[in-house]
Amino acid sequence: MSQTINIDVHHLTRVEGHGNILINVADGVIEQCEWQVPEAPRFFEAMVRGRHYSEVARITSRICGICSIGHSLASVKATEVALGIEVTPQTRKLRTLLKHAENFDSHVLHVYVLVAPDLLGAQSAFALLPTHAEVVARALRLKRLAHEWGSLIGGRTTHPTTVLPGGFSKVPTVAELTAMRDKLAAAVPDLEATLETIAALAPAIPAFDRPTEYMAVSSDEEYGLYDGHIQTILPDGDRARYEVADYRSCTNEYVSEKSTAKYAKNRLDSYAAGALARFNVNYDSLHPEAKKVAESLGIQPICTNPYFNSVAQVVEIVHSAHEGLRLFDELIAEGVTEEPLVQPTRFASGASAVEVPRGILFHEYSYDEEGLCTEANCIIPTGQNHANIQADFDALLPELLAAGKSEDEMRLAFEMLVRAYDPCISCSTHYLDVEFVR
Amino acid sequence: MPATRKPTLAFFDFASCEGCQIEFTNFGDAATLELLSHVDIVEFREAMTETTDQRIDFALIEGSYTREEDRARLAEIRKRARVVIAYGACASTGGINALKNHQDDFADYVYGDDATMSHLRSGTARPISAAIEVDYEVLGCPMSKEELLNVISNLLHGTRYFAPTYPVCVQCKRRETICRYDEGDHCMGQVARAGCGAPCPADGVPCEACRGFVEDANLPALEKVLVERAGFSQKRAVGKSRMFTANLRS
Repeated sequence: MSQTINIDVHHLTRVEGHGNILINVADGVIEQCEWQVPEAPRFFEAMVRGRHYSEVARITSRICGICSIGHSLASVKATEVALGIEVTPQTRKLRTLLKHAENFDSHVLHVYVLVAPDLLGAQSAFALLPTHAEVVARALRLKRLAHEWGSLIGGRTTHPTTVLPGGFSKVPTVAELTAMRDKLAAAVPDLEATLETIAALAPAIPAFDRPTEYMAVSSDEEYGLYDGHIQTILPDGDRARYEVADYRSCTNEYVSEKSTAKYAKNRLDSYAAGALARFNVNYDSLHPEAKKVAESLGIQPICTNPYFNSVAQVVEIVHSAHEGLRLFDELIAEGVTEEPLVQPTRFASGASAVEVPRGILFHEYSYDEEGLCTEANCIIPTGQNHANIQADFDALLPELLAAGKSEDEMRLAFEMLVRAYDPCISCSTHYLDVEFVR
Repeated sequence: MPATRKPTLAFFDFASCEGCQIEFTNFGDAATLELLSHVDIVEFREAMTETTDQRIDFALIEGSYTREEDRARLAEIRKRARVVIAYGACASTGGINALKNHQDDFADYVYGDDATMSHLRSGTARPISAAIEVDYEVLGCPMSKEELLNVISNLLHGTRYFAPTYPVCVQCKRRETICRYDEGDHCMGQVARAGCGAPCPADGVPCEACRGFVEDANLPALEKVLVERAGFSQKRAVGKSRMFTANLRS
């Protein structure tokens, strides 16, 4: 077959940030197949230098509006390591609950608003209003619920106010926690409807396998989200464990001509971060209800189809709902007390890892004796995924060509692939354009 | 097409975290569906694939103007839109992005030897109004989503929304929030523009003037208070007053 294909997607839609997809095939010969990231860089690591430790998380939160809770948590955790601060068990529990709110919130948005339209053959959730009004209303209800849940603990969900090094500036009352818990419990019918929607759409998810390395936070206590060590798993099940302090040795960042975001690699040429990576690494720690859902949706570890990241997100929505209920119950039973912020015991360097919706996130800072930041480094999950997305591109194009797909079918396949990763490009930078040349 | 056309609304984004767009998804089903009964959303890259070649009634722009190629995109939006609304601190003042405007080594620091690659060029972070004429600015980081609805609601009624010009302290007093200084902390509410409802001091953290300064803000006095009442070094006091407002002072 001597196909000529030209795909040029400039500023891909339904992703957070700006990306381009550029594909050129002339007479069956692949000349170009690129995921490009032309986002305007914003230089946060430079901007936090000279800032007081109490301000750093409020600045780095602004790296990303979708995962600002995760950025705030990663930032205060790294600062706490650097300043020798050990937070209280209550703080850890509230932060874990806040982390679940963020994952629930972001996954609902991604699955319903960014992914579902592709599976339903629509251009957007707004276009679904005439035909699927109930699905859209349900999505908005669940999104609002997550916003209220996160705001109760974090002050608000976009750039939380109460999350500080050493603890919280304000904690919710037991009455507020109880009211929120009941709202979450009442959302279970909406969640079950979500599963029906996704199960009905699952056959529309493309079949494509490209085994890679999967990296996630992992811990003995829980399905690693808020805290743990770094763990990776290869397609053959081989696991490797790394300490958070050594994160640079497994991210190995380098700059590519194709991207304003840096690339990353560990044991293979690229690795994946995100819901599917967490699912593959931490499956055993999932809530039993979430495991049931995984089984009904036909996903099991080690899943090597990147399009299934969205399915793994649905499994995580259920996991966070049930873990959230458990944590609410514990906090309500134990009671919540106003605690003073734990104060610094030293001024040095420290690193942290937190799972944000899109994958593993690293923050690292150094502080001087005045508590002012002297060095900063942030490695964002989407940045870690760029090289992996490119490797998927390189494997997907020959398959699509061999299958004789049309240009429009190919464009959709590439757009859906990038969307499946739920990229958050303003974090790292913005995303790609897809170009077909005929 | 319905017989009487609803006004059209379009979203555009530049250098930003896109958090203000996310705020737009937090109204819940009732408010969002109500809004959609009054306007048609015709472009929203983060949430929809559809675009329009028709004239746009209300263009909502998020993010800062940081690169020369942004200017052409902004001019084109201005040409297509009846009303341009810059929403969020990045778009209305340069916001947090402007923190690097006082540095000359930011690219070297982040990218090292690769900093000269042409695609990494990103200059001074400026507000949208530095490139095109802007009709409304919705301040704040994140912007107040209630204020945005207020702006749109006024536009639909043919009236004009005016944001408060008094300082955040006024809204703290109305909420009966104990002053951060009385709690042994610091705050910039005295010189910060209100309109947010003063959520930060109520949550136990200082106001950092994410909506910008009130007119004729007395910055030397702010620095003096940060030094004398909060015990800051002079350097930290100046740094503090540049958090979201780096473009608004020397």
